[in-house]
Amino acid sequence: MAEEMQTNAMMKSELIERIARKQSHLAYKDVELAVKSMLEQMSNSLSGGERIEIRGFGSFSLHYRPPRSGRNPKTGGSVALPGKHVPHFKPGKELRERVNESMLKEAG
Amino acid sequence: MALTKADMAESLYEELGLNKREAKELVELFFEEVRAALGDANHVKLSGFGNFVLRNKTERPGRNPKTGEEIPISARRVVTFRPGQKLKQRVEAYAGSQQ
Repeated sequence: MAEEMQTNAMMKSELIERIARKQSHLAYKDVELAVKSMLEQMSNSLSGGERIEIRGFGSFSLHYRPPRSGRNPKTGGSVALPGKHVPHFKPGKELRERVNESMLKEAG
Repeated sequence: MALTKADMAESLYEELGLNKREAKELVELFFEEVRAALGDANHVKLSGFGNFVLRNKTERPGRNPKTGEEIPISARRVVTFRPGQKLKQRVEAYAGSQQ
C-alpha cells in the first residue's frame, strides 16, 4: 500500500526564489529564464523520444502503452485507443536515500 | 543519446548568455533544490512539466530472489513523478520506435 503524503509542495516560483537567493549575483529574471529554459529542454528531449540522465537525481524515459479498447463513459460504446508513449521517472540513488531518510528522521 | 546536466548548461550558456561557470552552477542548483525540497518531505510541483509526489509505503512481505528466503520489505518513503497535462500531450505525439 502506498498513500500520498499530506504535506506542503514547493511550486516553481519558490524554486526560482530559492535558487536566486543562492545566486545573488544574478538577477531574479535571469534565474527565472534559466529555470524555464531547463524545464523546456527536458520537455523537448522527452517529446523527441530522448532520455534524460541526471546523476544523483534520476532518469526520465518514455514507456510505451500498447493500443487498447476503452469505453465511452457516456454512451457505453466501445472506442479504440491508439498506442502512446508516457513519461517515466526513475529516481537515482541519492534522491531515493534522501527521501527515505526524511521518513526515518520523523520516526525518531 | 540522453540529455545530461552538461547539455543543459551548454544551452543556458548559448541561449541566455550566462558564462559557463554560472550556467553549470544553475543546473546543479536546480536539481539540488528539488532534491532538498523532496528530502525535506515536500512535494515539488512544476507547472507545465509535472509533479514530484512523495508516498509512504507500508511494510510488505518480500523474498530474497536468490535463496527464496522470506524477508519483509520495510516501510519506506518514495518519490514518484506525475507528468503534467502539457508534457503528457507532447510525449503522446511521439511516434518513434515502439518498445
